[in-house]
Amino acid sequence: MKPLSSLLDRELIQETLAEAISNGGEWAEVFVEDRQNASADFDEGRVEAMVSSRDLGAGIRVTVGEVTGFAHTSDLTRGGLSEAAQAAAAVAKGGGQVKPVALNGDGVAESNARILPETISKTRKVELLEQTNSAARAENPAITQVNVRYSEGRRRVLIANSEGLFNADDQTRTLLSVNCVATGDQGLQTGRETVGYTVGFELFEDHDIEAMARRAAGRAITKLAARPAPSGQLPVVIERGGGGVLFHEACGHGLEADLVNKGASVFRDRLGELVAAPSVTLVDDGTMGVEWGTIAIDDEGCPTQRNVLIEDGVLTDYMWDHLRSRAAGRPASGNGRRQSYQHLPMVRMTNTFVTNGDAEPRDIIADTKNGVYVAQLGGGQVNTATGDFVFGMTEAYLIENGEITAPLREGNLIGNGPEVLQNIEVIGNDFAMGSPGTCGKDGQGVPVGDGQPTLRVGALTIGGTAS
Amino acid sequence: MSLAQRNEQVEVCLSRSRSTTVKAYSAQVESVRSGMSEGVGIRVIVNGQQGFATAGSLDYEVLAQVIEEARGNLQFAESDPDQGLAEPDGIKSPNLDLVDSAVLKMSDQEKSSIAIELEQRCLSADRRVSSVRSAAWSDGWGEFALASTNGISVYTEGGSCSVGVQPLAVEGNETQIGYAGDAARRPDLLDMDRVIAEAVEGATGMLGASKPVSERVTVVFEPGVTSAFLGTVAGALTGDRVVKGRSPFADRLGEQVGASKLTLFDDPTNIESLGADNHDGEGLAARKNMIIENGMLSQFLHNSYTARRLGASSTGSAVRGARSTPSVGLHALCLKPGTLDREALFHKVGNGIFVRGVNGLHSGVNPVSGDFSVGAYGHKIRDGVLAEPFREATIASTLQRMLLDIAVIGGDFEFLPNGSGMSSIAIDDIALSGM
Repeated sequence: MKPLSSLLDRELIQETLAEAISNGGEWAEVFVEDRQNASADFDEGRVEAMVSSRDLGAGIRVTVGEVTGFAHTSDLTRGGLSEAAQAAAAVAKGGGQVKPVALNGDGVAESNARILPETISKTRKVELLEQTNSAARAENPAITQVNVRYSEGRRRVLIANSEGLFNADDQTRTLLSVNCVATGDQGLQTGRETVGYTVGFELFEDHDIEAMARRAAGRAITKLAARPAPSGQLPVVIERGGGGVLFHEACGHGLEADLVNKGASVFRDRLGELVAAPSVTLVDDGTMGVEWGTIAIDDEGCPTQRNVLIEDGVLTDYMWDHLRSRAAGRPASGNGRRQSYQHLPMVRMTNTFVTNGDAEPRDIIADTKNGVYVAQLGGGQVNTATGDFVFGMTEAYLIENGEITAPLREGNLIGNGPEVLQNIEVIGNDFAMGSPGTCGKDGQGVPVGDGQPTLRVGALTIGGTAS
Repeated sequence: MSLAQRNEQVEVCLSRSRSTTVKAYSAQVESVRSGMSEGVGIRVIVNGQQGFATAGSLDYEVLAQVIEEARGNLQFAESDPDQGLAEPDGIKSPNLDLVDSAVLKMSDQEKSSIAIELEQRCLSADRRVSSVRSAAWSDGWGEFALASTNGISVYTEGGSCSVGVQPLAVEGNETQIGYAGDAARRPDLLDMDRVIAEAVEGATGMLGASKPVSERVTVVFEPGVTSAFLGTVAGALTGDRVVKGRSPFADRLGEQVGASKLTLFDDPTNIESLGADNHDGEGLAARKNMIIENGMLSQFLHNSYTARRLGASSTGSAVRGARSTPSVGLHALCLKPGTLDREALFHKVGNGIFVRGVNGLHSGVNPVSGDFSVGAYGHKIRDGVLAEPFREATIASTLQRMLLDIAVIGGDFEFLPNGSGMSSIAIDDIALSGM
């Protein structure tokens, strides 16, 4: 396949930037994206659909002071780009003092994938689906439905701005997920597992998908015997890798500089303060191996980095994009991301996690007299202004007298970010990343990772029905 | 259709849309975003094997590539005798006019003024409003065309505009955020006064909220929350879920699944709903479908595939964009309203909670098992009137129980920006978890 820079010629980009800024803009950017996705769904024992898609387009951004103009187009001809540049430039009101700097760099990137999924036959992909389905069904006859989804995505981006930045990236992600339904006397239960990384088809050399299928089936089977979750406040132990979403919701969003600047975060004006238990160190790291939220550069062309947000309980920094960091007169942190060329970038997380403590996980459980053990959390949501967040428990058990006992039906947990951070009683030494996630903010979804060692929160409200 | 080969069923969907969003901050324009999107999606079916491919362009060259890609995909799908395109069923489209030229004629200047007005009026409405996180105007226009080798050929065009605002209210160390929005086909139908009042009240009214005591209570949902709840229920009544054994209501057709006062239907032929449409996602005419009548489950919603699977007829309930295959869904879900206004409803309930918003619907509701547990905030209802606010609580039950436990349906019916037509409802015996 052609490198992206040859899909859009360097001179054309330079001209587009010049046109975008010519109406009095102070800064302009061209973001080009070529996205190819393919997926296959296996349901009811057969391949249901194979779908492939291709999207190519550009978003042009112009800023003047605090004002941003943005226009996107799928027409990458000179005419289409010119029209979009003029539409974006319309926020500026004449003049035209700034001249764009000559582009600096080659705008070429190598793929992160060792084996590009597009080079693998569809037959091989169908085999994977069948193999996963068979393994899940073989686990237990009570498994009545299995849905397996394979998806691959390649996203090539090219970012140029009027300060001469000219960066490219070639990002491939591959994922397999399985969703099982078990039927029992008291109705249906579900179990889900996903394996997904920022890699190519080598994913399947490095991961045992049959074991993953058995885990998903096991979750659904276990829940057939589940009793209603308690209602009220209890200590909660979260299994390693199962609850990084808690930190994503409880404080991650509140540390995004765009929300902080608008006063919509409980963490505003708190830099340097103790905001969490002293054992808590929270990091957002876009460079982290092949994790789901890993990217070489963000969607503004800024290289990603490891950002320590909370260190030993003290708030050390927020996350930044171009717009917010420029206003604050500081460097960006590689957190400017967007869903596609049709969207404006904003501050987003990448891989967000709590680092290891020193407790033995088994001691954490044994030291919990009565509480809830959460093996897997589902998605969550936060009100950044108050810090109140919820997240779903997709696999949870009671802890009685220091032992994990009965499985619990699904429910939400609710807590308050700043309070929960202070209330982390003990952190294990068994760090693991969790399942791949999609983070939604203002209607845009981006891939993110999260992780944490086994840990205990002193009290969270469990939204069950049992008294 | 000239690209179709012998023995092939081919369906081509094309779409094009334009949108503009203007956001205001600090009395000036913060951002203006506009753009045009195009899309094509092609389904090819041969001997019950389906392939699909899509691309974000309407170039003829791209179309030819997409159809080849769809043909390539179909070889890997297993044959399913029920797979196939929709057959024309003779039902006439309601022929609604879904575009109003007033929006198309607006300048960016006018749109900016509205966004700035939203922000400024929130700031001056109450001294406790400290800032506005987002104040936005949006408008969109789209067209959709579908043609198939089964002789279906339809075209629809639609447009709408909307406003939304999120004020922040501060008192002491506490901050609360409110939200309200409105959407309509014509700008003059947007109720700015109401949006501003609701958004500001949503933030200031929650100041001082505390965590409630855990107990079993009667819960009153405001119409937006009713929509989220009944939308989840209706999702479990679609053919997709039923044929795959993923609905707790799969074997309940003809049975009493809800309180006898509950009547629920999908009506895309009602122009008052923003979900109104002339056709479904397979080009069949939009039509009104009863779902639950007086508490009895009257039918499941179907597209042509799920209908064939269950020996039924399509209810014209295929939903899709050009870029995806048709699934089954709702266009304009409506609840038959009761008679009590909100004050009378609170009076009738006596003691309980009024839920103004829920969160965690995507994580806390399992539409397969029916388990329902979501974060909730709002006000206590005491002695028949609204009392102090509460937050950081959850409410839980199961979808199955909640339908049967509906105690009152309010008369405060309204069409919401999501196209549904809803009222407040009271549901008994919900577990409220807090302290």
